[in-house]
Amino acid sequence: MKEEIIIAGFGGQGVLSMGKILAYSAIMQDMEVTWMPSYGPEMRGGTANVCVIISDRKIGSPIVTRYDTAIVLNQQSLDKFEHSVKPGGTLIYDPSGISDHPTRKDINIYRINAIDVAAKLGNSKVYNMGVLGGFLKVKPIVSLENVEKGLAKSIPSRYSDLIALNREAITEGMSSIEEINII
Amino acid sequence: MTIEDIKKPENLVYRKPSLLTDNVMHYCPGCSHGTVHKIIAEVIEEMGIQEDTIGICPVGCSVFAYNYIDIDWQEAAHGRAPALATATKRLNPDKYVFTYQGDGDLASIGTAEIIHACSRGENIAVIFINNGIYGMTGGQMAPTTLIGMKTATTPYGRDPKLNGFPLVIADMIAQLDGTAYITRQSVHTAAAVRKTRNAIRKAFEYSSKGIGLSFVEVVSTCNSGWKMTPVQANKWMTENMFAKYPVGDIKDILK
Amino acid sequence: MAEKILMKGNEAIAISAIRNGVDGYFGYPITPQSEVMETLMKEKPWETTGMVVLQAESETSSINMVYGGAGCGKKVMTSSSSPGVSLMCEGLSYIAGSELPCVVVDVMRGGPGLGTIQPSQSDYNQIVKGSGHGDFHNIVIAPASAQDMYDFLDWGFELAFKYRNPVVILSDGIIGQMMEKVELRPVKPRRTREEIIRDCPWAVTGKPASRQRNIITSLSLDADVQEEFNRKLQRKYAAIEENEVKYDVYMTGDAEYLFVAFGCSSRICEAVVDILRSEGIKAGLLRPITLYPFPYKEIGGLAAGMKSIMSIELNLGQMVDDVRLAVNGACPVGFYGRQGGNIYTPEEIVEQFKKFNNLV
Repeated sequence: MKEEIIIAGFGGQGVLSMGKILAYSAIMQDMEVTWMPSYGPEMRGGTANVCVIISDRKIGSPIVTRYDTAIVLNQQSLDKFEHSVKPGGTLIYDPSGISDHPTRKDINIYRINAIDVAAKLGNSKVYNMGVLGGFLKVKPIVSLENVEKGLAKSIPSRYSDLIALNREAITEGMSSIEEINII
Repeated sequence: MTIEDIKKPENLVYRKPSLLTDNVMHYCPGCSHGTVHKIIAEVIEEMGIQEDTIGICPVGCSVFAYNYIDIDWQEAAHGRAPALATATKRLNPDKYVFTYQGDGDLASIGTAEIIHACSRGENIAVIFINNGIYGMTGGQMAPTTLIGMKTATTPYGRDPKLNGFPLVIADMIAQLDGTAYITRQSVHTAAAVRKTRNAIRKAFEYSSKGIGLSFVEVVSTCNSGWKMTPVQANKWMTENMFAKYPVGDIKDILK
Repeated sequence: MAEKILMKGNEAIAISAIRNGVDGYFGYPITPQSEVMETLMKEKPWETTGMVVLQAESETSSINMVYGGAGCGKKVMTSSSSPGVSLMCEGLSYIAGSELPCVVVDVMRGGPGLGTIQPSQSDYNQIVKGSGHGDFHNIVIAPASAQDMYDFLDWGFELAFKYRNPVVILSDGIIGQMMEKVELRPVKPRRTREEIIRDCPWAVTGKPASRQRNIITSLSLDADVQEEFNRKLQRKYAAIEENEVKYDVYMTGDAEYLFVAFGCSSRICEAVVDILRSEGIKAGLLRPITLYPFPYKEIGGLAAGMKSIMSIELNLGQMVDDVRLAVNGACPVGFYGRQGGNIYTPEEIVEQFKKFNNLV
């Protein structure tokens, strides 16, 4: 098993931490991971992206240009990464603020309105966990038990009371994701 | 009185400090370095801290200071002695750590290192020999060279339009919160030597109190570089150097 | 089971330093390695192991703090990135010239000048060939993962003390910034004062009446003494070259084509080998783990059976000179590199490989 994922959006949407929680969950499942962000000035207020690779074998190149899954949370990221998804791969996007929707027919396309998830739970910070829940629904590569362990490892202990809320957001995200194009 | 009588211990009026080695000093006759070395050896001996002292020597005439005082030494790159001493002291907080630096080393190439060691309040002693010239490289202008003073690189005298102004480093660092004791002394008379010895002892003592950096500037002569006899050099120093670099305590936070 | 933690390569350096009994870290912020000092400051090791962590006023000062700490026989280190490492070259020369142990981590970014903060491998020449005046070498080791960052710090100190020589961990922005699984090794305590005096009789630890004073210096104005000192250094380097070469190979057994790549590039080249193998082309990879000493013999030995060798580097051709020396004309040597923070993809390297070997 090897899953190459790009997660991209605005800085502040929790793109990097979502990638980190996913990666940590995979470690808890005894898999190999790499988490490779873009860094530097382009991260300051602009777009942020992180490539997470999860594999049951040692990971060679941490640099890939074609992804099994692209999770895109703004228009720029959708424009940039829709065409980087491998044929037969998966695209997950958040429709809020999107005017030009994805058009590819050779990939599975899902959408998740994670702002609604966050609003329903009354905490905008769990937006990214809503997205992660959606991803895990369509790609259950790590068990929810291990996601919970990954959350505990990733969240500073002073926020450990937020783990339950995060888990709720993941569950909510799983039930909110909608199929747009299934091949 | 026979020679044997004279050699009796009770008749001893002066001896070489036990921590001054028997190596023949490479300094020019009349140079102030030898006197300051002797004072440091005396102070370390008096305080009984040979095993607890680490010296950091500079690049310049006193590059070979380690040949003359019988303690552990490390030789710094030009100007960097305060950086070395910072690490030496922080890694060995129970030791006395001091740097010995000239004006080219401390006030020119090592300005950043001394200012920041002062600013951080490193618990070290700094002995600063200010003779207004680069001795070792053959008498070039130092940052502390006086206006009008002739050197190998100011052959017509230091001109502020061309070469800028003398840097009065002790007064500068006295402004910094991390410094505890700043004084300016000289070693051209027996009385001055006594005062400098007291100052260096105080600097060593302060460096073990955890109250910040102590700094003893010794306004010195370089008769070779100044192209004078030792006597002329002493006279010239008191008449000219002291005007720009007056001797006396500048800061003492325990007073 | 040892604890496995997800961390950046830079964080792994910091955590490893604390867990491996490092006495002091002196550094200055520069992208892409600032997480090393940030992590150390957050962990506050001075409250646990007693490790000193200090933010210096410049890289010049931090390397000279390292020089001072190393003179005391302490395990001291710094980390920086390319422009900062340029400033450290003076100190590295003094440390080598005084035969002191230390570890310097260079998380490379692009140059020359201010260059770019993106990953690069263009300090190869600076660190492997130069890094200051005089006839000296750094021992240079090149990590390719966060786990390597963790493990190489301890290995680096082992080499540094074994040979009383600076060791540079030559990393890059990818390895420094990427998070991976890191397995924590058993903790090594800091050495006691007695252990330092026993193991480092040369160190400035304060002169007791029972021994001669210790002097740490690189100065000797006597031509014969200075020459003999340099010859002694060369004998040391010969021993390092004899004993410490380390490399890794991937699919070289039946290979007809060889890639040579270090650090992050070696990982990318593993993917290249996989792609070529899937097309029936017998490719293999040699990853030099020590860049000094360089695996000349091993590459030279493989060269005889190869149709060609390509050096793949995130620069415009530095290590390839050493590859050519190793190959010594036994087969054609090619090169492909990217600059400016651009990172080659495996597919891009495959294309360049085919072009070089007329397989298009």
